[in-house]
Amino acid sequence: MALLTVSNLCVSIGSLSPLDGVSFEARKGEILGLVGESGSGKSLTAMAIMGLLRRIGGRASTGSILFDGQELTTLAEPAYRQLRGKRIALISQNPMTSLDPLVRIGAQIDQVSRLHLGLSKPAAKARSIDLMQQLRIPDATTLHGAYPHQLSGGMKQRIVIAMALAADPDLIIADEPTTALDVTIQAQIIQIMVDMVRDRGLALILITHDMGVVAQACDRVVVLYAGRVAETDTTEAIFAASHHPYTASLIGCIPAHDQAEGTLLGIPGTVPSVLGYPAGCRFHPRCARVMDVCRTQIPAIVALPTGSVACHLHGGTA
Amino acid sequence: MSMLRFLSGVVRTPRGGASAVVLVLVVICALFAPLLAPYNYAIQSLPGANTPPGAAHWMGTDEFGRDLMSRIIHGARTSLSVALTAISISVVAGMTLGAMAGYFGGLFDRVVTAVVDLTWSFPEILIALLLIAIIGTGTESIIIAISIAYLAQFTRLTRAQVMALRTETYIEATVNLGAGHAHVIFRHLLPNAITPVIVAGMLATGDAIILEATLGFFGLGAQPPTPSWGSMMSSGTAQIFIAPWIILFPGAAIALTVISINLFGDALIDALDIRNRLREV
Repeated sequence: MALLTVSNLCVSIGSLSPLDGVSFEARKGEILGLVGESGSGKSLTAMAIMGLLRRIGGRASTGSILFDGQELTTLAEPAYRQLRGKRIALISQNPMTSLDPLVRIGAQIDQVSRLHLGLSKPAAKARSIDLMQQLRIPDATTLHGAYPHQLSGGMKQRIVIAMALAADPDLIIADEPTTALDVTIQAQIIQIMVDMVRDRGLALILITHDMGVVAQACDRVVVLYAGRVAETDTTEAIFAASHHPYTASLIGCIPAHDQAEGTLLGIPGTVPSVLGYPAGCRFHPRCARVMDVCRTQIPAIVALPTGSVACHLHGGTA
Repeated sequence: MSMLRFLSGVVRTPRGGASAVVLVLVVICALFAPLLAPYNYAIQSLPGANTPPGAAHWMGTDEFGRDLMSRIIHGARTSLSVALTAISISVVAGMTLGAMAGYFGGLFDRVVTAVVDLTWSFPEILIALLLIAIIGTGTESIIIAISIAYLAQFTRLTRAQVMALRTETYIEATVNLGAGHAHVIFRHLLPNAITPVIVAGMLATGDAIILEATLGFFGLGAQPPTPSWGSMMSSGTAQIFIAPWIILFPGAAIALTVISINLFGDALIDALDIRNRLREV
């Protein structure tokens, strides 16, 4: 059963529309990867779900975000505040700056359960310490009274995850949770998040630009390009046989251990700016398999056995 | 704990130590004035008027024969209580206004900023005089007048701090976890914004003592016989050629107190400045 259904979501900021008809589903007990380069609309999608578009002067112009039967695009701010942290939590990109430097980390975790679950101070503390232990934070009782500067980056990210889990949310959105961490810690944090989803049966949307992270953690993948969904499929299917040339290029960028020196692959060019998206398929200027039709016609979404793709190589035009 | 260690570090510098000694003396005078003063500050003795400093009266007597030292000790109470109360009100009100203006922005911010900028474009003494002209003289009036006169700088300082802090990830993260405005402002924004405001408040206290003395000099502050350093200097001007000590000692008290507050404030700023701590290493 889908916990979150985003359908045909368009986001506009002024006269620009950086998100143009994005659709996907997040299910309980499942990790959904939201993949794409910078500027493809990953974080904007997260902000739309969290109801934070107003902060950057944007709004969801059309489409719907259905969370557990509740329409979020028209939800008023006070009702949204009940949702944030309690039912939907956001884990931000940089753990170094996500914690208030003047407040003990324990108090920062406590405040979430005290706010949303109405726990007393001692009950919240016990719960936080329990949570910290589950996230494999050593000596949780002592660290509960520590300040953020006394912790390493990986530990801080665990604290941020503990804050997200403190009110038992149903959906967690992790916006590039490991980008600021070094590789060994990255793997640990990803593993912690995978375990967290499996143990608690919650839904996780993992935003990343790292296909390696996707392969390690995700059950299904949504590939975003320039504000549109290029392809969506199960992780296995996408790595076995990707249908969109963009997905293929992303996977091609993962370095292999037997790769010869000097042969690291990239995708030529950059994501087009929202100020001037190309006509037709937005990927066509960078696509290795571009055809004439790609330059003029927006590709229709074609169903695949376990997913869908928007590419002229695979079907008719809209 | 670390706060104590920090303060002891400040006191160990020559400036910090010397000024701290003076300030502690002034505060002791203010707190225990009735116990420390050798005479009653209000008892007049016309035969003993204008007695020069001597064994009986260390600082001499004024034109009514009142013991000057007793009046200066009691005057510390007036000066400090007026200045500290006024600055405390000013800091609390300024921080609240500034934090709300910086956090919410919009029309509220524009109105607050406009009013605050308007008051800031005049010298504090002018605003204080204007307010006293409206609400009348007396101790309460000058407390209100001084607190409003200094409101602008704390409001502006806090607003600027909060505007810089509100885009910090940890503030956004707190909002993302569903925290309300009051929680964000009072638990996260203000604690992070308070340090420069405390230093500014410390330095403003020195200015407020001068302002209180100035208003006292004009006869607008504490009413007789309550001694205030400013009004004592004012009455001393008439006797300046026959009894110069009447104006000299309260003047010295004001100067010494204000210089000490500024020196202590400077030592505090230096101690808070990370670059100086690095230089010592």
